[in-house]
Amino acid sequence: MDLQFLKKIRVIISLIFFISVSVLYFDLSFSIQSWFADYPLFLQFIPSFLKLISVGFLAGLGFFIVLILTILFGRVYCSTICPLGIFQDIILFIRRKIKRINFDLKSPWNKTRYTILTITILLFLLGISLGLNLLDPYSNYGRIVNNIFRPTAIGVNNLSASILESLGIYFISPMEFVGVKLFSFIFSLSILILVAWMSVKNGRLFCNSICPVGTFLGLISKFSIFKIGIIESNCIKCGDCETVCKSSCINSADEQIDFSRCVGCFNCFDVCPSIGITYLPRYKKEKAVVPNNSKRDFFKNIGIFLIGSNLIAKAQQKIEVYKLNTVPVIRNTPVSPPGSLSIENFNDNCTACHLCVASCPTQVLQPSFLEYGLLQIMQPRMDYKSSYCTFECKICSEVCPSGAIVNQDLEAKKTIQLGKVNFIKENCVVYTQKTDCGACAEHCPTKAVKMELDIEVNKNAPVTNQEICVGCGACEFACPTKPYKAIYVDGNPVHQIAQKPQEEKLEEKVDLKEAFPF
Amino acid sequence: MNRREFFKKTSIAGLAAYSYVKFGNNNIFAQSENPYDLVAIKGGEPEAMFDKAMQSLGGMKNFVKKNQTVVIKPNIGWNSTPERAANTNPKLVSQIIKHCYEAGAKKVYVFDHTCDSWQSCYDTSMIEKYANDAGATVVTGNSESYYHPVNVPKGKKLKDATVHELILESDVFINVPVLKNHGGAGLTISMKNLMGIVWDRRFWHRNDLHQCIADFATYRKPDLNIVDAYNVMKRNGPRGVSEEDVVTMKSQIISTDIVAADAAAAKLFGKEPAELDYIKYASELGIGKMDLSKLNINRIIL
Repeated sequence: MDLQFLKKIRVIISLIFFISVSVLYFDLSFSIQSWFADYPLFLQFIPSFLKLISVGFLAGLGFFIVLILTILFGRVYCSTICPLGIFQDIILFIRRKIKRINFDLKSPWNKTRYTILTITILLFLLGISLGLNLLDPYSNYGRIVNNIFRPTAIGVNNLSASILESLGIYFISPMEFVGVKLFSFIFSLSILILVAWMSVKNGRLFCNSICPVGTFLGLISKFSIFKIGIIESNCIKCGDCETVCKSSCINSADEQIDFSRCVGCFNCFDVCPSIGITYLPRYKKEKAVVPNNSKRDFFKNIGIFLIGSNLIAKAQQKIEVYKLNTVPVIRNTPVSPPGSLSIENFNDNCTACHLCVASCPTQVLQPSFLEYGLLQIMQPRMDYKSSYCTFECKICSEVCPSGAIVNQDLEAKKTIQLGKVNFIKENCVVYTQKTDCGACAEHCPTKAVKMELDIEVNKNAPVTNQEICVGCGACEFACPTKPYKAIYVDGNPVHQIAQKPQEEKLEEKVDLKEAFPF
Repeated sequence: MNRREFFKKTSIAGLAAYSYVKFGNNNIFAQSENPYDLVAIKGGEPEAMFDKAMQSLGGMKNFVKKNQTVVIKPNIGWNSTPERAANTNPKLVSQIIKHCYEAGAKKVYVFDHTCDSWQSCYDTSMIEKYANDAGATVVTGNSESYYHPVNVPKGKKLKDATVHELILESDVFINVPVLKNHGGAGLTISMKNLMGIVWDRRFWHRNDLHQCIADFATYRKPDLNIVDAYNVMKRNGPRGVSEEDVVTMKSQIISTDIVAADAAAAKLFGKEPAELDYIKYASELGIGKMDLSKLNINRIIL
């Protein structure tokens, strides 16, 4: 049967997936992520696998769908669903527009690919998901977009906004961007360069040497019910299929195909003049660390160059009468996002795809460096230096594809206690300056931080109540003291339920006819 | 002054001079006398109260001239519904915009430098919707690129700040705070609302909040202060915890004198103006009058 049309279908489906995944990272208005993320993401192999384990069968259904697809038709996942695979196809498409390239049969990198797969699986069985984090193709694509392309898009957005603004048009709003994190940026850039270089030189070599998902699905596809094979009687031995094979897995001379490396792109169907290559049923004869803040901030500032001139730090001389405070903030536990249940659950299931980072309207979610530990590098954490968690928001739990952040009812989310508030009196403006402030209490959504009269200074000073604190970090973010905050949130290793603030009825009658008190 | 502002100001000045020559004493820009220093009104819906109060001040045409640009600065600080009264009443904002256009305003802008993420604040407060429907342009206040440095020469502790360009470039500045309880400042009214037109608020908090609030009020006095006291948050301010914090007072205070407006609003809330340091400091700086007995007040009860 002539299956030429399959290539067109593949291209259409792959573009739908690719655009759907990408748009989640690029939507700067944060309006689509919460309802749309599930559709393109539930089929992503590693996230659904983790969700299957942590949340349950239905949540991880996508994992089985990919397995069934692979058992039926081989690694079609790699060419239609995997955004990193499609990204490589796009690079190749552009590369071909510049200059025609021909591929030819190459021997498989079996040692490399099986070693990487074995190590990844062994690590995972030992409870270490680092291999998955660093190598999952979806997460790598996510990181590339979040750490490189998205900042670029924000730069373009802000540049356009500033051009329009100079004409008095406020149609586009610039976005205040807190910057990229150094390690995540360098890692993503390295993967981007590696993937781009490998694909330009050798087609889908990355997918057939480094990617553990590709190797794993390749093993399964050895047992696929339908495999691509060459029909001897039809083949005219033109060799065209071999020259278009991105996986370099077609041996046209011997009419052999290494199906474990085939990514199901169907380019060979498209190019074959004689229906000599097609899907054949299997039963037929086969032919077929401790972070250093000042250094990190310095590098973070490098990212600012990416996002337009308007963010260049404005060096403005201020006459600060304010005295620097002295007690450093020592956080025992980092703060993981709401819905992550515990640091352990989060660390076990997060692949560091950074979609929650890209979807967070306040940018409080930032890639970590060593806050969780070396094995959890790049997994997002709540960075209360950058921002704080909006009381009424739970987008991160709605977009997370791997079950690291579990979707919660909004009312339930409002009582999740990520951490507890801690007050350092010695650092507080009210005590060091003897002037009013109240920035922390102002921002607190539950009044776990309240201003109450302290006769010691005859001023209203912060009073904290850990029981009703949700650990959103608003107080810490708002606190104006330097160089250390006077109030901060220490993470809960296991998230708790905060008590609801008790509200007394306000006893106050208003007589609308009463004369004004002045 | 940037180029755009320069052209705008010079062309307006030219037009004014021309019209003076042409129309002599009957010139169309002549300001009619304000009969009252302050109008306090209660007992109606926000729109009706505003209509009535403005009528007694001679109408919006006393404050907005033909073809002028107007910037309205409500309090949109929090991701909070109108019922919780953490933000200015959206109906009032809408009515002010309509009055501005009726007076011949060329363009009306609305913005605030919000505390929560600005998209959520603009949306949940309903102010974006009401302002857009009334024909205003809603602009973000949360982009540092829109803020430009200014000096505050009369300030004691606050000597400079960066201010949103709409404040710098618009002809008319209308300040529309909501009256509510405030953990740090005691009450937030007109002067405190001006914290939403500057970028770096942490500096204020570090360097004597009350003095900074008073200092900044010397920079540019709003042309009109309209205090929304329809729903008033009596405790847990400025964000509030629930609707339990709110009482309905159905009141409004309007004045060109920012200190008088805050003093009257404080009284309405049940506090003596002198209890609030920033009102006292502002009065000492000569920004306005906190002694309400010296003002000509129009009190209207609907």
